[in-house]
Amino acid sequence: MRLKLVSSNTSINFLKFHRLAVLFSSILVAGSIGLFAILGLNLGIDFRGGILIEARHNSGPADIGRLRGELESLGLGDISLQGFGTETDILVRVQRQKGDEKAQIAAIQLVSTTLGDDYNVRRTEFVGPTVGAELAEKGIMAVVCALLAIMVYIWFRFEWQFSLAAIIALTHDVLSTIGLFALTSFEFNLATVAAILTIAGYSINDTVVVFDRVRENLRRYKSFTLVDILNKSLNETLSRTVMTSVTTLLALMAIVVFGGAVLRDFAIAMIWGVLIGTYSSVFVAVGLLSRFDIKRNDDDEAETPEYERS
Amino acid sequence: MLQFQLWKKLLVAAIAALGIIYALPNLISTNNSAAFLPGKKINLGLDLQGGSHLLLRVDIDAVRKERLENLGERIRRDFRTKKIRFNALVVSDEAVSLQVRDENDRAAAQQIFVDLGNDYSTTNDGNAYQIRFNDAGLALMRTRTVDQSIEIIRRRLDPEGTKEPIIQRQGLDRILVQLPGVDDPEAVKRLLGRTAKLTFQLVDISMTAVEAEQRGRTPPGSVLMESANDDGYNYLIEKRVMVSGEMLDGATATFDQNNRPAVSFVLNSNGARRFGKVTGENIGRPFAIILDGKVVSAPTIQSQIFGNGQITGDFSVAETNELALVLRAGALPAPLIILEERSIGPGLGADSIAAGKFAGVIGLVLVAIYMVLSYGFFGGLAVAALAINIILIIAALSALQATLTLPGIAGIVLTMGMAVDANVLVFERIREELGKGRSAIAAIDSGYQRAIATIIDSNLTTLFAALFLYVFGSGPIKGFAVTLGIGILTSMFTAVMVTRLLVVIWVERKRPTKLIL
Repeated sequence: MRLKLVSSNTSINFLKFHRLAVLFSSILVAGSIGLFAILGLNLGIDFRGGILIEARHNSGPADIGRLRGELESLGLGDISLQGFGTETDILVRVQRQKGDEKAQIAAIQLVSTTLGDDYNVRRTEFVGPTVGAELAEKGIMAVVCALLAIMVYIWFRFEWQFSLAAIIALTHDVLSTIGLFALTSFEFNLATVAAILTIAGYSINDTVVVFDRVRENLRRYKSFTLVDILNKSLNETLSRTVMTSVTTLLALMAIVVFGGAVLRDFAIAMIWGVLIGTYSSVFVAVGLLSRFDIKRNDDDEAETPEYERS
Repeated sequence: MLQFQLWKKLLVAAIAALGIIYALPNLISTNNSAAFLPGKKINLGLDLQGGSHLLLRVDIDAVRKERLENLGERIRRDFRTKKIRFNALVVSDEAVSLQVRDENDRAAAQQIFVDLGNDYSTTNDGNAYQIRFNDAGLALMRTRTVDQSIEIIRRRLDPEGTKEPIIQRQGLDRILVQLPGVDDPEAVKRLLGRTAKLTFQLVDISMTAVEAEQRGRTPPGSVLMESANDDGYNYLIEKRVMVSGEMLDGATATFDQNNRPAVSFVLNSNGARRFGKVTGENIGRPFAIILDGKVVSAPTIQSQIFGNGQITGDFSVAETNELALVLRAGALPAPLIILEERSIGPGLGADSIAAGKFAGVIGLVLVAIYMVLSYGFFGGLAVAALAINIILIIAALSALQATLTLPGIAGIVLTMGMAVDANVLVFERIREELGKGRSAIAAIDSGYQRAIATIIDSNLTTLFAALFLYVFGSGPIKGFAVTLGIGILTSMFTAVMVTRLLVVIWVERKRPTKLIL
């Protein structure tokens, strides 16, 4: 007996839900942009500049209430204190201090003195305003360039319609991930940018697998309508889509539960990405293809790639 | 697709064997027992082994200001010796400006400016002259200042040359410092936070500092300087430098006769001669020990002092140790500004590795169980390939001496989930072919044949994402991109070659006519 989450011979009419998916995705993207505009992102110190200190109480649980009072009375402006992972660990975030870099360094010293000998400082991160702006710029560049490169590659390997559909689906994933971060006010930092790019990588992987099958079926079933071919392709790849999503989710769950506090947010963002990426491959990317007029009789042009000839 | 030539089989086996050999040193806990193995251990990032990452900016403007002030003094001197009269010599942040009084002296003045050297350019508007650094002079100054700073930083952070810090120039005026295994990052910042310019200058006794403050004017050749003890006390100090830090031959932390922490120093022969001369002439007068523009102490000269002496002040033992170290290493040519700091304690790094390893093992077990439940024997083959894949990732990271960071560990765990994808694509394809009623061997053959194009297409696109992460990422993110990229390449190899080889061997042995997948 084999474990099969999806039976081998499904014939689900995915494209029947196309309108519903368009509605849902539009709301999702518009909502994400709206949330981003209204709430903004909880930018980490990587982009905003500021100070982050992780400390562990030497004996027993951290006294967050008392410590919060003491830290707030330092007059360092916006300062946040939270438990981190275990009850002995705390994370202190201090806003960027007025003045130059020296003021920031002085603030770090002030916080560590206030923590005193009871706490062992395990991590200190400080990002000055200049570097923060540069990191933000680089992060945006990385995402935009990656999306463009993927678009060009798909264009090169498929038709332009595929490329356009894929890039819209990817943008959909990226925007809705940003929306998730705006909604939950999870910290948005460099690791989040890495997560977004990995989500883009995962989602495009999924999309390309379906597209490959669409291209193959377009050549094979000349008499089928486009919608039928798309549905057939989705059904044929469905069990693989589910299989891969589940294995990836299993690995990510392991990180969320056992990987420690630093990686947890990263893994949670990735889990969201796997879900939204799988959805967008099926409903957004392929759904969009059904709206395009795809050239069909191109047998002579569509060269079989060399590695496909055995 | 089911024909594997012997050389291909050997190649796959050889790569797997190489992978194991290069991955092995990471299993051996001690450093030296791995001498018989060719590879090294994975290079752990600072976030895993603990340490400090600092991005510093060299304050070039401060150096320029200082150089321009010296230049102003030199021009003043040269004008005096040539007896050229001038007005209003002003040193600003960017230029020295002055007014030549007599038009007939202009040619002589021009000659003085030319003699200053190639680093400067002179502009004039009538008799008003401005001398500033030209682009080449500025570039040269920047390079020299940054290079010198790197040298001094190395001497301060790694006096014994054992800690292997990475100290690199970045961009025009930045220095990246990566110092593994730091227990006290604050101490590192203190070491870099001061230029440590040490001078000995006489105290001006023609009037007290308070009198000078009240007058609002200091005697020519003297300046007011703050005390280093933050007591608001000022000193009136003669500008002339008796002895400076470059004349030190050594400095050590010690205790004075009252058993208070102090730093004793030894002067080189030039410094000793000058110090001896000045102290001999000024017995009974106080002189000031000035560190970075602040007066540390101002003892009275009891007797002529030559080669060595002591700096006392309001110091703790730790402070005298640090002061002695920075004095030995020499003064920084310019102040350093810390733009970015990321310091991780060794305990946190070890915890992260442990958590990452544990998550990895759990992830692997979960994926393995799921694969075997889904595909039975073939799932087992995929798990074997996955194990080889992980070994290859570790081997590649070790061989390339790439840096493994905490997000990199997440990358490896994530790769486990995604690496089976290629196998899943093949297996699903084989299932489909079987569903069409093909024989076992035909189904396996065409399953591989059809899936490979998809595998390459889908993996190459993900590789693009990793590439841009690498290009634009910094620090730990770069590490993540490297592991993700390597993971994609090795998983393509293991799925297309290793699993297929295992399947081929199985087919050759069993010659199956029926296949349940």
